[in-house]
Amino acid sequence: MKKIFLTAFLILASLQLSSQDLLDILELEAPVTENIVSATFKGTRIVNGHSIKNRKDSELEFIISHRFGRVNTGFEELFGLDQANIRFAFEYGLSDNLTAGIGRSSFEKTYDGYLKYSLLKQKTGANSFPFAVSLFGSIAAKSQKAIAGNERTLAESLFYVGQVLIAKKVNSSLSIQVTPTYVHRNLATIDADPHDIFALGFGSRVKLSKRVSLNAEYYQQFQKLESINTRNSLAFGIDIESGGHVFQIILSNTITMVEKSFITETTGNFFGGDIHLGFNLSRTF
Amino acid sequence: MKILYAFFVCLFLVSFTNAQERFLTKKGMISFFSETPIENIEAQNNQVLSIVDASSGKMAIAILMKSFMFKKALMQEHFNENYVESDKYPKATFKGDIIDFDNITTSEITLAIKGNLTIHGKTKEITIEAVTKKTDEVIEMTGNFFINLSDFDVKIPSVVKNNISEKIKVSFRLYHKTYKK
Repeated sequence: MKKIFLTAFLILASLQLSSQDLLDILELEAPVTENIVSATFKGTRIVNGHSIKNRKDSELEFIISHRFGRVNTGFEELFGLDQANIRFAFEYGLSDNLTAGIGRSSFEKTYDGYLKYSLLKQKTGANSFPFAVSLFGSIAAKSQKAIAGNERTLAESLFYVGQVLIAKKVNSSLSIQVTPTYVHRNLATIDADPHDIFALGFGSRVKLSKRVSLNAEYYQQFQKLESINTRNSLAFGIDIESGGHVFQIILSNTITMVEKSFITETTGNFFGGDIHLGFNLSRTF
Repeated sequence: MKILYAFFVCLFLVSFTNAQERFLTKKGMISFFSETPIENIEAQNNQVLSIVDASSGKMAIAILMKSFMFKKALMQEHFNENYVESDKYPKATFKGDIIDFDNITTSEITLAIKGNLTIHGKTKEITIEAVTKKTDEVIEMTGNFFINLSDFDVKIPSVVKNNISEKIKVSFRLYHKTYKK
C-alpha cells in the first residue's frame, strides 16, 4: 500500500517537474509589488476644484484659464464671449507629494496661492489601500479697489479655504472624489453673511477614450451668503490630453476659478441657461 | 513491480536534476531607447524576471511594464496609461529557444535566441542575438535589438509623432544564478 502511494507520488512529482512551463515558474517567483494607482485624475483640477493630482517633483506647470460670460446673454454679447475672466497661474512640485501654486484672476483682481499635500495614496498589490487622501489649503486676496467709503484693509480682503480631497480610481475608466470643504472670509458684506461656510464637493472622471475624459463636479453648500442669491456650483468638463498638455473645455454656472468664489459666490442657474463656457490650458515644463 | 519502482525513482531523480539545471534572475535589466532629433526617451527596468533551462536551452522572460522607470514622471504616466496600457496588459513576456545552447562556454560567445515576444497583448516572433557565457553557477546574457511599435499595436498620436521613434532600441543584461526550488 505504502509503495503504491510512493509510486503515485513519484509519477506525479516527475510529471509536474518536467512539464512545468518556464513562464509559470516566473509567475510563481514574481515578488508581490506595491503599485501606486496613478492617473486618478489627469489635471490638477477636476473641473473648477482641485483633484488629488499633484505636480511631480520639480515640475512646473503654467495654466491659462478662461471663463466667458453666460451663454444666455444672447447674440449681442456673442453668447458670453464678449466678457471673460482670465486666470494665469504657475504650479510647481516642491516634491512628489507637495505642490504649490500662485495665480491671478481678472475677476475682482484676485490673487490666490495654495498648497496641496498628498497624504495617502491608493495602492494595489502589497500594502494595498483603497483610496487616496490629499490636504489642500488656499488663501485668496481681493485687490480690486472698493468704492469710496467702503475701503478694506488687507486683512479684510483675505479668504481662506481648507479641503480634504478623498479620491478613488474605481477602475481604469472611472474615478470619483469627495471633497469636504471649509471656507472662511474675514469680511462679511452684511452682518447676516456667515464668516464660515462648510461645503461638500463631489467629482468624477469617466474616460471616454485613451486621451479624452468627461468630468463632472458639484459643491453642496451647508451655509449660504445672504447678501447675494447663491447657488451650488455645478460644472462639466472634457479633458483632452496630448503629450505634455491637458486641455479642458468647461461648462459651469460660475465665472470664477478660485475656490472661495466658485464654492460660495456662484449665482448662475445652470438649468436656467446661466452657463459659462471656459477652458483650462496647461503646459508642463 | 520493483523494476517499475526503480524506473520511477530514476525518472524522479532525472527531473529533479533537470530542475537543478535551471538558472533564474529576479533583478534582470531591460531598458529601451527612443531617439529622435527632438528628444530622446529612455526607461529602465531593473526587476525583470528571467529563467534559462540549461537542459533544454529554453528560456522565458517576464517584464512588469509598471517597473519601467523614466526620467520624467509624466512620461512614465503616459507610457503606462496611453501607450502600453499597463492596467490591461501588465506584463510583456518572451519565450524562446537558445539556438546551439550546447556551444555555451565560460568565455563569451554570441548565440541566437528565437522566440515569441508579447507586448501590449500582441505577439511577434523575433530572433535576437545575445553575448552569453556560463559557469556552474551563472548564465550571463547581454545584448540589444530593435522592435517596431507598430508590430505591437502601440499607436503614436500625430502631435508627438516627431518626439517618439517608431523603432525602439531594447537592451538587456540578465545575470541568471542557479535556481533552487
